[in-house]
Amino acid sequence: MELTTVWFCLIAVLWIGYFCLEGFDFGVGMLLPILAGNDRERRVLINTIGPVWDGNEVWLLVAGGATFAAFPEWYATLFSGFYLPLLLILLALIVRGVAFEYRAKREELRWKARWDLAIIVGSYVPAFLWGVAFANIVRGVPIDADLEYAGNLFDLLNPYALLGGLTTMLLFLTHGAMFLALKTDGRVRHEARSLAARFGVAAAAVAVAFLFWTQVDTGNLGSGLLFVAAAAALVAGLVAIGAAREGWAFLGTFVTIALAVAGLFVALFPDVMPTSLADGTSLTTSNAAATSYTLKIMTVVALVFTPIVLAYQGWTYWVFRRRIALHHIPEQPARQPAS
Amino acid sequence: MDPLDLARWQFGIVTVYHFLFVPITIGLSAVVAAYETAWVRTRNPHWLRLTKFFGKLFLINFAIGVVTGIVQEFQFGMNWSDYSRFVGDIFGAPLAVEGLLAFFLESTFLGLWIFGWDRLSPRLHNACIWIVHVGTLLSAYFILAANSWMQHPVGYEYNPDTGRAELHDFAAVLFNKVQLVTFPHVVLSAYLTGAAFVVGVAFWSMTRRGASDDDRVMYRKAVRTGSALVLVAGLGVAVSGDVQGKIMTEVQPMKMAAAEGLYDTEDSAPFSIFQIGSLNGDEEKFAIKVPGLLSFLATGHTDGQVEGINQLRATYEKKYGADPGATYYSPGDYTPIIPVTYWSFRLMIGLGLLAAAGAALILWVTRRDRAPTGRFWLWLAIAMPLLPVAANSFGWIFTEMGRQPWVVFGLMTTANGVSPGVGAGTVLTSLLAFTLVYAVLAVVEIGLILKYVRAGAEPAPEDTGPTDTPDRPMAFAY
Ligand code: HDD
Ligand code: HEM
Ligand code: HEM
Repeated sequence: MELTTVWFCLIAVLWIGYFCLEGFDFGVGMLLPILAGNDRERRVLINTIGPVWDGNEVWLLVAGGATFAAFPEWYATLFSGFYLPLLLILLALIVRGVAFEYRAKREELRWKARWDLAIIVGSYVPAFLWGVAFANIVRGVPIDADLEYAGNLFDLLNPYALLGGLTTMLLFLTHGAMFLALKTDGRVRHEARSLAARFGVAAAAVAVAFLFWTQVDTGNLGSGLLFVAAAAALVAGLVAIGAAREGWAFLGTFVTIALAVAGLFVALFPDVMPTSLADGTSLTTSNAAATSYTLKIMTVVALVFTPIVLAYQGWTYWVFRRRIALHHIPEQPARQPAS
Repeated sequence: MDPLDLARWQFGIVTVYHFLFVPITIGLSAVVAAYETAWVRTRNPHWLRLTKFFGKLFLINFAIGVVTGIVQEFQFGMNWSDYSRFVGDIFGAPLAVEGLLAFFLESTFLGLWIFGWDRLSPRLHNACIWIVHVGTLLSAYFILAANSWMQHPVGYEYNPDTGRAELHDFAAVLFNKVQLVTFPHVVLSAYLTGAAFVVGVAFWSMTRRGASDDDRVMYRKAVRTGSALVLVAGLGVAVSGDVQGKIMTEVQPMKMAAAEGLYDTEDSAPFSIFQIGSLNGDEEKFAIKVPGLLSFLATGHTDGQVEGINQLRATYEKKYGADPGATYYSPGDYTPIIPVTYWSFRLMIGLGLLAAAGAALILWVTRRDRAPTGRFWLWLAIAMPLLPVAANSFGWIFTEMGRQPWVVFGLMTTANGVSPGVGAGTVLTSLLAFTLVYAVLAVVEIGLILKYVRAGAEPAPEDTGPTDTPDRPMAFAY
C-alpha cells in the first residue's frame, strides 16, 4: 500500500475514534436537560464522562495535527474553507470544556444553570455541525484550480449536509443514552434505556436516508457494504437495549458509528476533498500529501505510540468501570468556601 | 481593516492568552506532584492538604489552558492557510507528534488523578500527576521545536516545483540549536512562574488574619519551597537566556539590534536600562546605560561587535531583495517595530528579575519562623504570580515581533502566509468572538481562583475506614 493511502486510513481511524468516543460525551451533554430531573441527577450524568471526556477530545486534536502533517493542503483548504462552522464548533468546545470543570465550583443555582446551558449548547452544536462538515466533504464543495475554497457559508448549508448533521446528532443522542444505560443505576438507567430505544428508532430512519443518499451520490461497493453493516449494527443495538443487555447495546451504536464513518471515508477515497466546480481541482491523497519522508517518520511514530495510547486509555475505562448512582454523588464539601 | 492585520491581531491575542495559562500548568503540575510525593513519603497531613489546595487551583487553571489550546490547533488552517501549505511537511509533524505523545498523556492521566483518589494506591495516584507533568514537558518540547524552526529553518529543502518547504532531516528539526536553548529557557521560566504562583498564594494565606497556627506552619512550607524554586529557576532562566542571546545574534542579528534600538554597528555596545526619545534613530534625550552589556549578551565579550539596524538592513536588502512583501513594517523594510522589541525585551527581563527579588525577600523575612504582617507584604503576595506571567508574555512578544516581517525567517513573510480566501469580515467575526469569550473566561477564572484562595486549604480528611466499598460516595465528583 502506498504511504499516502496508509495515512488516509490512519486519519479515518482518528476520526472514527473521535466520533465513537466523543460521540457519547456529546450525547450525555445533549441528554442533560432531557434525562436528568434535578441537580443530583445532572451530576450523575456529568460524572459518567468526568474522567474521560478530555482524553476523548484529544482524538480530534490528533486528527487535526495528523491532517496538517500528512495532507497539508487538505488541512489548509478544509479549515480556511469551513471557517465559520469551525469557529462555532471551537466556541462550543471551549464553553463546554470549561463548564465540566467549573460547574461544581460554586453552589449558586444560577451559576450551575448557566454552565448546564454551556454543556447543552456546547454538545448540540458540534454534534450537528460535524455531520454537516463531513457530508459536505464527501459530496464535494466549490474548490478552484488553486485548491482554494471558493464558496460561501450558505453553500455548506445544503439539504444533504443538513441531513448529515441531523444524522450525527441523533446517532450521538442514541449513543449517549446507551452509554448512560451502561454506566448509571437507578431511575436514570431506566430512563436512559427507554430514551435510547426511542432516539435509536429516529436515528435509524434518518441515518438510513442519509447513507442511502450518500451511496447513490458518491458510493462504491465498499461503502455500500459498510453502510449496510452499520445499519445492521444499529438494529442489533436496538434489539439489545430492548432486551436490557446494555453492554451489547452500547457496542452496537459504537460499531454503527465506526462503520458509518468508515463508509464515508471509503466513498471519499482517493479524493480527500472533491470539488463541485467543473473547472476546479479536487484535493486527492496524492496532490494534498506531504513528502514521503514526512509520512515515513509519522508512520513509525504512529505505529509505536498508538497502541500505547489505546492501552492506557483502555485502562482508564477499566479503573472507572463502576456504575454511578445517586448515592455515589458526594454532598458538596461540607465547608463551602465563603464567597 | 486588512485581513492580514486582523489575522495578526487574532493570532497574537489567542496565543498570548493561551500562554498565560501554559506556564502555570507546567510549573504548578510539578509542584503539586512534588507535594504529593512528600505526603506519600512522610504522611505529614500538611503535604496532603497543600496537594489538594494547589491541585484545585491547578485544575481551575488547566481547564482554560486546554480549551484555548484547541483553538491553537486549528487556527493555522483557518487564518494562515498559505503558511500551512508552505510548511505543513515540516511544521505539521511536531504538532501531530505533540498530540499523540503529549496531549493523550496529559488528559488521560489528569482524569485518573482527579477522580482516582479512592481508586488507585497512593503511589500510583502520585505517579499519575508526575506523568501529567512529563506530558506538559513533551508538549512544550514539540511545539517549541515547531516554533524554533520558524525562527531558524533547518533540515529542509525548498522545492520550487511545489513551492513548498520539504522536510529532509527530522532530527535536525528536533535538535535545532535554537530549540536546544529555547526549551530550557521556556521550561525554566514556567517553573519560575508556577513556583511564584505558589509563593504568592501561600504567602497571602499565611500572613492574613484568621489563619490558625497550624495553617501558618503549613503555608510556610509552601512559601519556602516555592521561593527556593523561584530562585533556582530564575538563575537558570538568566543563564539560558544569555546563551539564547548569542544564538539569536547568530541566526537573527536584526532581532538583537532591535532589542536595543542600535542603529549603527558598534564595538563594545552598551545596554540601556531605559531611554527616552531615541528609538526612532534620532538623538536620545535621556538614557541609563550599562557599558558593554549588549556586546556581552550578543557575543560573550564586553568589546564584541554588534551589528546595527542600518547595516543589517542593507545586508538583508542585498540578500533577500529590496521588498520583503510587507512594506508597512516601519521604519523601513526588514526592521521590526523597534519600540515594541525594545520594551518587551526589557519588561521580560525586568519583571522576571523582580519576581526573583520578591522571592528572595520573602525567604529572608520568613526565616526562623518569622511571619511579617502589613500591607506591603499583601501587595507583594498579589504581585508574585503576576510578574512572571507578564514576563512570559513579553518574552513571546519580543521573540515573535522581533522576527517580523518574516513568519519563517528568510523563507516566507507573514504577509504571504495569510489565508487568501478568507475575507476581513470573517476574520473580524472570529477575532471579536474569541476575544469576547476569552475576556469572560478570564473574569470567571480569576473569580474562582480568588474564591478558593480565600477559602484556604481544607482540613485533612478523617480516615473513614475501608475505602473501596461499592456504595461509598465518590472521593471526588464534578
Ligand atoms: C511551552 C509550552 C507550550 C506552548 C509554546 C504552547 N502550548 Fe499548547 N499547551 C501546553 C504547552 C504549550 C500545555 C502545558 O501542554 C497545555 C497547557 C494546558 C494544558 O492542558 O496543556 C497545552 C494545551 C494545548 C492543547 C489542548 C490539549 C488538551 O486537550 O489536553 C492544544 C491543542 C495546544 N496546547 C496546542 C498548542 C499550539 C498549536 C501551540 C502553538 C501555537 C501551543 N499549544 C503553544
Ligand atoms: C508557542 C507559543 C507562541 C507564542 C506565545 C507566540 C506569540 C506570538 C506573538 C506575540 C506574535 C506577534 C503578534 C503580532 O505581531 O501582532 C506572534 C506572531 C506570529 N506567530 Fe507566534 N507565538 C507562538 C508560537 C507560534 C507558533 C508555533 C507559530 C506557528 C505557526 C506561530 C506563528 C506566528 C505567526 C504566523 C505570527 C504572525 C502573525 C502576527 O504577526 O501576529 N507562533 N506570535
Ligand atoms: C536575564 C534574564 C533573561 C535573558 C537574558 C533572556 C533572554 C531571552 C532571549 C534572548 C530571548 C529571545 C530568543 C529568540 O528570539 O531567539 C528570550 C525569549 C523568551 N524569554 Fe527570556 N530572558 C531572560 C529572562 C526571562 C524571564 C524572567 C522570563 C519569564 C519568566 C522569560 C521568558 C521568555 C519567553 C517565554 C521567551 C520566548 C520564547 C523563546 O524564544 O525562548 N525570559 N529570552
